[in-house]
Amino acid sequence: MTERIATTRTPAFEARLKKRYAAERRFKAIGLTAILFSIAVLVFLLATMTFNGIGGFQRVELRVPVDFAEAGIAVDPAAMQQPGALATLEAQGLRDVVQFYAQQELGEDAAEELGAQAWRDVAAAVIADPAILRSDVTFSLPASADLASGYESEGSQEMQALATRLAEQGQIEKNFDGGFLTRSDATNPQQVGIWGALKGSMLTMIVTLLLAFPIGVLAALYLEEYAPKNKWTDFIELSINNLAAVPSIIFGLLGLAVFLAVFPNLRSAPLIGGMTLALMTMPVIVISGRNAIKAVPPSIRDGALAVGASPVQVVFHHVLPLALPGILTGTIIGMARALGETAPLLMIGMRAFVATPPDDFTSPATVLPMQIFLWSDEIDRGFVERTSAAIIVLLLFLLVMNGLAIYLRNKFEKTW
Amino acid sequence: MTVVHDNLEKTEAKMSAKDVSVFYGDKKAIDEVSIDIPTEYVTAFIGPSGCGKSTFLRTLNRMNDTIPSARVEGEIALDGQDIYRSGMDVVQLRARVGMVFQKPNPFPKSIYENIAYGPKIHGLAEGKDELDAIVEKSLKRAGLWEEVKDRLQDSGTALSGGQQQRLCIARAIAVDPEVILMDEPCSALDPIATAKIEELIAELNGRYAIVIVTHSMQQAARVSQRTAFFHLGKMVEYGRTSDIFTNPHEKRTQDYITGRYG
Repeated sequence: MTERIATTRTPAFEARLKKRYAAERRFKAIGLTAILFSIAVLVFLLATMTFNGIGGFQRVELRVPVDFAEAGIAVDPAAMQQPGALATLEAQGLRDVVQFYAQQELGEDAAEELGAQAWRDVAAAVIADPAILRSDVTFSLPASADLASGYESEGSQEMQALATRLAEQGQIEKNFDGGFLTRSDATNPQQVGIWGALKGSMLTMIVTLLLAFPIGVLAALYLEEYAPKNKWTDFIELSINNLAAVPSIIFGLLGLAVFLAVFPNLRSAPLIGGMTLALMTMPVIVISGRNAIKAVPPSIRDGALAVGASPVQVVFHHVLPLALPGILTGTIIGMARALGETAPLLMIGMRAFVATPPDDFTSPATVLPMQIFLWSDEIDRGFVERTSAAIIVLLLFLLVMNGLAIYLRNKFEKTW
Repeated sequence: MTVVHDNLEKTEAKMSAKDVSVFYGDKKAIDEVSIDIPTEYVTAFIGPSGCGKSTFLRTLNRMNDTIPSARVEGEIALDGQDIYRSGMDVVQLRARVGMVFQKPNPFPKSIYENIAYGPKIHGLAEGKDELDAIVEKSLKRAGLWEEVKDRLQDSGTALSGGQQQRLCIARAIAVDPEVILMDEPCSALDPIATAKIEELIAELNGRYAIVIVTHSMQQAARVSQRTAFFHLGKMVEYGRTSDIFTNPHEKRTQDYITGRYG
């Protein structure tokens, strides 16, 4: 009688076992490589953006000491609280005073390169604190775009020479430009700001969220919990899936043809932009919402029905709260897509030069990605850094939105 | 054919089914079942898997309504009134006929909220004190009060399986039902938890009409006074539990309880 050798102990079996382990190790290695690759790309992207963008938050400024006492500008401090304060200061010749001190301090050629609007910064400082009119104050005022290029060792020879001379005298410097976050678009890269586009984006996103979220969630709830399963609901499901895949510019055409036809005087308004983007975001919310609702265990519905909850109570007391984290995740994906969208907004006139931030949902506005697009098109070198800075602002906005969504999701998440 | 022992004591039926058939689409899952369910006794439904005992149980509080293809024929009455009649309020029916499921399914809320939910939606309690009293009473009846009274705000899902199932029973009791349906309530529990649930069923007996579906014949023998044996969608035999297990009339019943199949 021969000894029985179990099939799981033969050399062939052990060889197969080795192969299985090798396959597993291979798979793990591939996965790890993929993750490392994505991290590397992300780090590269963020590093480049930050490196390029830091300059965008700064601007080249000239140091101009203004001796108000000597210049003899005298205004009533009370008048500085009035709306016409700027005009009063202009009438007092503040513009010439600033120009005079610039010439005296920096020389004729450099004073020429003081930004045309520079005196307004001085005026703003005076309006904020009229007491400085009795003293001698040194202001950092924006240089012209040409001189700024010169400072960056670009542009014409004369400007580079001038910048070098001023730098040696310590009269030109690159300072953090807080105004970048509070100003709006301008033709001069030294004068631009992101606030107009940021506010436009916020207003547009609010409209999108207010429209797409409730409609999307209610549609998902109805389709999952109430709608009978028949050809019609199949057709609706198919249509929603198709809508989510439609190229975004088509939605822009729809917005143009429908919304702007109905409200022709709301061209470029965040309201119309938000409505157009809501069309695009809603299918994403419906699809993710339905998946989240499907994932709620049927036993919870049974439990609620069995104590006598009506179908509406089952939905609003149990299904919706449990599905909410998933719905929020889907919503944020849709909103993030909408935030980065330019194509549909091109169609409805948000590709506009808007130099004042929008006051409300119906005033002309532009949005962050559109602003980036517009600036990247500019020839002036100063806009390159400004574009990178705008991208950083857009990414931070996105980060804040995502952070909020993750916070809300964790807050509502329940385990069972 | 359905054989019913004729030597049962006269009892008033809390629920009675007459020639009830249930269809899933074209498939007949239950074939003309007639049965009376009294308050005085615990009634057990036994039978092999797929025999339709759970399906029949779910017709008794119309939980089958949630399955679109399900259709019920025949008549099921609660206190003499047909529960499938057009004017019947399903919400009220389910408040009167509570249900406990195979897998414990507490809501992912606090223990307190689990019990209070039913009374709240039906408006059974005036104010917080009354609601507290209902919660305490229900948990006491379900034999869970001593274990959870200090942690009512903890999540119901953090309890052990047996405690969760007793929580579900307490949740059903809280709306003060007349009938409690239990669909294999112990199949996911260990023997000790099972013993506690069985004790609990014995205590609740008499106060509520209790119907329990079970796979375990020993359990049916332990907890019930009436047993119905289902096979292939038909009710084969119904009678005193002691008779069914010691002296079945039908050969199929005998084969099942002696372990020939099932």
